[in-house]
Amino acid sequence: MSGKYNFSNRKYVIGAVAIMVTVLYMLRLFALQLMSDDYKKNADSNAFRKEIQYPSRGLIMDRRGRLMVYNEPSYNIMVVMNEQIGVDTADFCRTIGITREQYEQKMQEIKAKRNYSRYTPQLFMAQIPAEEFSVFREKLFRFKGFSIEKRSTRHYATTLAAHILGDVGEVSEHDIEEDSYYQSGDYIGKLGVERSYEKQLRGEKGMKIMLRDVHGRTQGHYQNGKYDKAPVPGKNLTLSIDMDLQALAERLLEGKLGAIVAIEPRTGEILCMASSPTYNPNLLIGRDRGKSHKALKEDKKSPMLNRAVMGTYPPGSTFKITQALIGLQEGIITPQTQFPCSRGFNYKGLHVGCHGHGSPISLVPAIATSCNSYFCWNLYRMFGSRDKYATVQDAMTRWKDHLVSMGYGYKLGVDLPGEARGMIPNAEFYDKHIQGRWNGLTVISISIGQGEVTATPLQIANLAATVANRGHYYTPHVVHAVQGGQIDPAYRKVHRTMVDKKWYDYAVAGMRQAVTGGTCRGANLPGYEVCGKTGTAQNRGHDHSAFMGFAPMNNPRIAVAVYVENGGFGATYGVPIGALIMEQYLNDSLSVASQEKAEALQNRHISYPYYE
Amino acid sequence: MNNTPGINPIFRVDWVVILIYMALLAFGWISICGASHEIGDTDFFSLSTRTGKQLIWIGCAFGLGTFLLLIDDRYFDTVANVLYWFMMVVLLITPFLAKDIKGSRSWISLGEVSLQPAEFAKCATALAVAKLAGTYGFDMTSPRHLARAAGMILLPMGLIVLQKETGSALVYFAFFLMLYREGMPGCFLFTGVAAVTYFVVGIRYADLPLPYTETGVGEFVVLLLIWIFTIGMLRVYLPRTRHALRLFLWGFVLQGGAWLFSRFIAPFDIAWVQVTLCLLIVGYLIWHFVDTRVGKYFYIAMFALGSMVFLYSSDYALNRVLQPHQQTRVKVLLGVEEDAAGAGYNVNQSKIAIGSGGLEGKGFMNGTQTKLKYVPEQDTDFIFCTVGEEEGFIGSAAVLLLFLSLLLRLIYLSERQSTVFGRVYGYCVLSIIFFHVLINVGMVMGLMPVIGIPLPFFSYGGSSLWGFTLLLFIFLRMDVGNTIRRETR
Repeated sequence: MSGKYNFSNRKYVIGAVAIMVTVLYMLRLFALQLMSDDYKKNADSNAFRKEIQYPSRGLIMDRRGRLMVYNEPSYNIMVVMNEQIGVDTADFCRTIGITREQYEQKMQEIKAKRNYSRYTPQLFMAQIPAEEFSVFREKLFRFKGFSIEKRSTRHYATTLAAHILGDVGEVSEHDIEEDSYYQSGDYIGKLGVERSYEKQLRGEKGMKIMLRDVHGRTQGHYQNGKYDKAPVPGKNLTLSIDMDLQALAERLLEGKLGAIVAIEPRTGEILCMASSPTYNPNLLIGRDRGKSHKALKEDKKSPMLNRAVMGTYPPGSTFKITQALIGLQEGIITPQTQFPCSRGFNYKGLHVGCHGHGSPISLVPAIATSCNSYFCWNLYRMFGSRDKYATVQDAMTRWKDHLVSMGYGYKLGVDLPGEARGMIPNAEFYDKHIQGRWNGLTVISISIGQGEVTATPLQIANLAATVANRGHYYTPHVVHAVQGGQIDPAYRKVHRTMVDKKWYDYAVAGMRQAVTGGTCRGANLPGYEVCGKTGTAQNRGHDHSAFMGFAPMNNPRIAVAVYVENGGFGATYGVPIGALIMEQYLNDSLSVASQEKAEALQNRHISYPYYE
Repeated sequence: MNNTPGINPIFRVDWVVILIYMALLAFGWISICGASHEIGDTDFFSLSTRTGKQLIWIGCAFGLGTFLLLIDDRYFDTVANVLYWFMMVVLLITPFLAKDIKGSRSWISLGEVSLQPAEFAKCATALAVAKLAGTYGFDMTSPRHLARAAGMILLPMGLIVLQKETGSALVYFAFFLMLYREGMPGCFLFTGVAAVTYFVVGIRYADLPLPYTETGVGEFVVLLLIWIFTIGMLRVYLPRTRHALRLFLWGFVLQGGAWLFSRFIAPFDIAWVQVTLCLLIVGYLIWHFVDTRVGKYFYIAMFALGSMVFLYSSDYALNRVLQPHQQTRVKVLLGVEEDAAGAGYNVNQSKIAIGSGGLEGKGFMNGTQTKLKYVPEQDTDFIFCTVGEEEGFIGSAAVLLLFLSLLLRLIYLSERQSTVFGRVYGYCVLSIIFFHVLINVGMVMGLMPVIGIPLPFFSYGGSSLWGFTLLLFIFLRMDVGNTIRRETR
């Protein structure tokens, strides 16, 4: 060894340093590779470009298989902000027909989106029609960073049934949060069956996983497409709607506010559902969707409101059927029970008016003539019966339970969005809203479908169907079949009311007599035993005109409810419209006389000064 | 071969090193396959591809290794100085002959093949320094001898800096590890570590204010460290005096008082108090040196003073001495600048590549980061990323352990050399390999600044492979000679 000292121990220091560095580096490797998933995700987002394959949306047909909604190809212009450099903006704007300001605005909007990324394609402009697109495509090579995405747009083969069909629009941020299936720029059903059957109609997006190099160039399929997924097309829907019937219903409601609902009692399938005013569903497609949507929203008559399921109205005299059934079931009345009617119900200074007919009167003629007095007595007796009910509250609760079992007071569960529940007051409601004690007299107007009671036209139609079925109903629904699948089993489940089947015969008899010799004589249809009940609902303005009915009396095929706002007597609009609907469905056509009647009704408009 | 007839040196070679060498080459070549080929491309053996060419370089390296094992080992001693000076001349003229490649002039083309003289100069320097250390009477603890050895190391370093290859030049610092083994005082290494600490802390935390004062945390901590180091050295080198305790109390009272004053009375820059404290300590030590004539006082005073000068000049060094791209690299590494798209991009992507490998990796030819060229220089300086991504933690840990076993084996072989020449040369070889691995792997994992030096036996390229083969096999031949002589003695 040279030198004064032996430094050979320093070999251990050097060896230890080498070991320490190795251990330190292995810890670092451990931290990078095993402690966190972020690097893996980061590498994947670097390398994979997920190209989404959009499925075609399911078609929609009417109950006879006639096409109502279909798809047409359209093109979205996408932009990758990071690559969009040096584009001749003037040329670009000219090509797609927008102004410079609109261009700037679009760019700002894109940047303001919550999940905005400079590196991924962002939707610049949606639904470019095929003609405009071909010009754009020729020039596309000049617009660096812009690309085209092939999509399809909804087209409507009909101007009918806007409220049932609904529309599709770009997903909102809320939709994306709710369901991770959606990404910015996707389409989703907004209204109607487009929304309620969104999951069936939309199908399933497919995905191609492409490898992308550092320059953004595609380098083929990842693992030869092993992880690619083909899109699954959406399922077609067959509606229970009959387009001919729907067309007639919409015609008849022209120039009026109101709704018509027809149900097949045997199944609960809705045969037509018209709400007036309506709009052309084709307004809500394409680039002008936003503008049209705004205009419709601003219209005071609310054309986008589906009055058949969203409108809540006093059911008026149509409600008397429920009262008759409750009275019979609860033993308050028998079919023979008679009540006096001296141009109305007069008791303890309270007067509920009625029109001229014989007195005293029993149940069936009371229904046929729509006697207010009879049903006031009925309710008054029921609420006052301390033999059966300990308190008036108990009586009220029983009354409410009956109505709920008949489909009132809660959403029926129709397969359309936005259904209203209507209003059936309960005991707590009156305890809270009436100062001091209350009794049958205090709330007497609910017995004739006035006062606090409200219902949707759908609930009224459902009542007609329930009577037609003699005591049971199926939840009304507009979809007859989903391609390759079942409709929701909830629509196959029978709902029974709390009233025995036998009592329904008296309701049917009353409704039949109304047509043969009562308030609904206009509903008579040669060859069929039609049953009906008018309704004339008082409200702030002119009375609402209502009708419900079904035909034929035995083995009914159609139940219908008509509600015309401010139409006056039930017999004025409700009865003739209901009759025409039934005739059209039962005969598949209208007689010459009926065609004239329909024409006349179509042209009879009602003025609504407070909506102007 | 004429010295020991009948014994073929090839059969006496240290097979452990040869096996590790082969394993590293094989692992390296597989990684180059992963890094330089595109997906679905399996044409690994075509001579037009990087993997094909690397096979030629490997073949040549085997030829070179065999040749080195067959020549007489005493020959190395003889040519050491000639080779050294020859290489110095080559290094000197390289910048004039070389083309400008990414700002550096270090590659000389000979027809089809380009060579980097700096790779071979390491070997020449190692031989020459070993020869110097092996001279009779050479003593590394003597400052004059140490300075001579250091001069031989710093000369090629300077010449390589002139080629603007700072990375390759830094490798020559590896020789100081060998010098340490041979007796260079440990305080040099300590000073080096202290300097790096001052630099990193001073720059990293320069702009972070110390609470309730107008001082930067960086400056405050470095001055605190100088005070602590100085006290520590007094304690170690002059253990029988009470200076350490006295200076500790002084400093504690002064600095603590300054902070309290700043906190409760008036905020001010307490670094001034610390600087004054350090200068007082320097004065105190020099006064003791003059009084007692004990040299250690002087050296410690110089350490403290030098540290302060270093602190206040490191900013200058960073901004004036280093080139702009190197400044950015240093700042990004220290976290002063965030720059994921620029200088930080490479390291970020390389960390993603390694991190995404997980435990078992994505499998051979399945690395997306490297395959799709997100990682730069993926088959040369950043080759370790491919290992990390495709072979995972298991593969990369295995590579690190292979290198560690090579280093430990080389320490063992160096220590068994009977000549100082052999031992010093062995330490040179292992120091250089160690330094390359330390910097290169540290760089791709984001622990070291981006210094473009290859990973031994892994990175694509003939010069680097041959340079390391030359280094290693000369030592293996020396070891064979050593073994044969011991056996035949």
